Amino acid sequence: MKRGNLWLWSAAALVYAFLYIPLIIVVLYSFNDSRLNAEWVGFTLFWYKALFNNTEMLLAARNSLIIALCTSFCATLLGTMAGLAIHRYKLKVLPVLVFTPVAMPEILLGVSILLFFLQVLNFTLGMVSIIIAHTTFCIGFVAIIVRARLQGMDESIFEAARDLGASPWQTFRLVTLPLIMPAVVAGALMSFTLSIDDFVITFFTKGVGEPILPIQIYTMIKVAVTPEVNAISTLLMLLTLIMISMAARLESSSSSEGSAKPRKTAKQAAK
Amino acid sequence: MKEKQLARLLVSGPPLLFLIVFFVAPSLIMILTSFRFPGEFGGLAPITPPSEKAAGEYGFTPDAYQFFFSDFIYTEIFLKSFAVAFGTTLICLILAYPLALLIARSRKRLRNLMVLLVILPFASNFLIRIYAWMIILGPESALSHFVNTVLGAFGIAPVTLLFSPFAVLVGMVYVHLPFMVLPLYTNLEKHDPSLLDAAQDLGANAWQRFWRVTWPLSLPGVFSGSALVFIPVLGMFAVPDILGGTGDILIGNLIKDQFLGTRDWPFGSALSIMLTLAVLSVAGLTTWFARSATGQRAI
Repeated sequence: MKRGNLWLWSAAALVYAFLYIPLIIVVLYSFNDSRLNAEWVGFTLFWYKALFNNTEMLLAARNSLIIALCTSFCATLLGTMAGLAIHRYKLKVLPVLVFTPVAMPEILLGVSILLFFLQVLNFTLGMVSIIIAHTTFCIGFVAIIVRARLQGMDESIFEAARDLGASPWQTFRLVTLPLIMPAVVAGALMSFTLSIDDFVITFFTKGVGEPILPIQIYTMIKVAVTPEVNAISTLLMLLTLIMISMAARLESSSSSEGSAKPRKTAKQAAK
Repeated sequence: MKEKQLARLLVSGPPLLFLIVFFVAPSLIMILTSFRFPGEFGGLAPITPPSEKAAGEYGFTPDAYQFFFSDFIYTEIFLKSFAVAFGTTLICLILAYPLALLIARSRKRLRNLMVLLVILPFASNFLIRIYAWMIILGPESALSHFVNTVLGAFGIAPVTLLFSPFAVLVGMVYVHLPFMVLPLYTNLEKHDPSLLDAAQDLGANAWQRFWRVTWPLSLPGVFSGSALVFIPVLGMFAVPDILGGTGDILIGNLIKDQFLGTRDWPFGSALSIMLTLAVLSVAGLTTWFARSATGQRAI
């Protein structure tokens, strides 16, 4: 038993090293005083300064932020509705439409939306097309989170509200919405992160106009690699880390209140 | 009653409408496009000729599909993509299984932390994760120097790690590994530890306990993890694009080139349809395998 555990631990340590060493190297070299990502020369903040003087990159960051905020808003609104609908009503078509874009290779979504915009809508590609494309696959993620939250709840709360004379809208506004709020916010944070990180779908739906962050990074990687890429990567990792810890805090605060708690304590008591 | 129906319409209507317009319609357009003629300057030829005397081909045609089978190189790229997806899935499974097993057998508080540590790198930008391997496998990197020194000691000519099939495989595994760990962990966590105790009491050694108890029980997790890795790898173009050489083209790169390079939309659409069919059959097969595997357990 002991020897088996040692074997498992070393295998797991290797996998964690495999997961983290590349990212650590990226961060380290963003402070490296050398144009080449080859060996450590000395500490510098030069690449961050270069980044903040790169107007194209700043514009790209601003655009990506706008896209992510709009996507997050649309996807959260539609995804919450979808999550509620799938949980409450026995629907056949909606779940398939909501979850397929999440499961299929992104390139297919990118290609089909590109064709749709250019052929049918005769639409100039740009930020609007990116927002619509991102929303299409983010709806699924929000719906999954919201539905999971609803599944963990006691249905009798809603019945009680209705018995007490609440209209469906009142039940939603006063009972359902406050209860699913942590899931809604987590969904919003998740779609924000997914949108700001997305490369493949953005690549197909971007058109030729405004610079967008992932595309800008891609061009830098393909054309001229400088540690500026490392600097922007480090900043993006920091942003994602903040978003995740916010989402995690929400999750933990939401699981310690509402219907989840009594059930947990009951389980503990049973033990 | 009427109010209830109204509520149902208001809640399910907007997402349904949005997805019909921006997901179903584009998919149908893609199918339609694959049967059109390419335009003279990229894009599509009109369905009806603009004037009676206009030269060229109009209307619908299965040309794009015939073109695919006219040259074996396209079939070869499809087969290669399947091989890469299979290899990636296998390596991910080998790396993820011990980790998932360890997490599932750890104390509860440690478990959440270990899962978080698996998800965390996955949350950093996708391009950055690929870029990291550009640094590690680059010709000036410590790893390259080390590998070539070792090879040199055996009298083998130096190799370039970056821009090779090896780099593509490493990148694919790195990007998709969490997709394998999470479903495996979710499955392994549910196993009843008393089963292993029972096996031990009946005289099974550690290997037998794993192979006869844990592994068969974990098959649903293995299958769903494999599908979650295999399917996105099949359509991936960014990893071969950045880490691969000119010969490491996969389906995704081929599709990308049709839209952003040569602008042959019908062929690009036909390739996308074939990729969709490939994905659907993989998903179907996995569900079938998973079902028969769990069915066996019930008997």
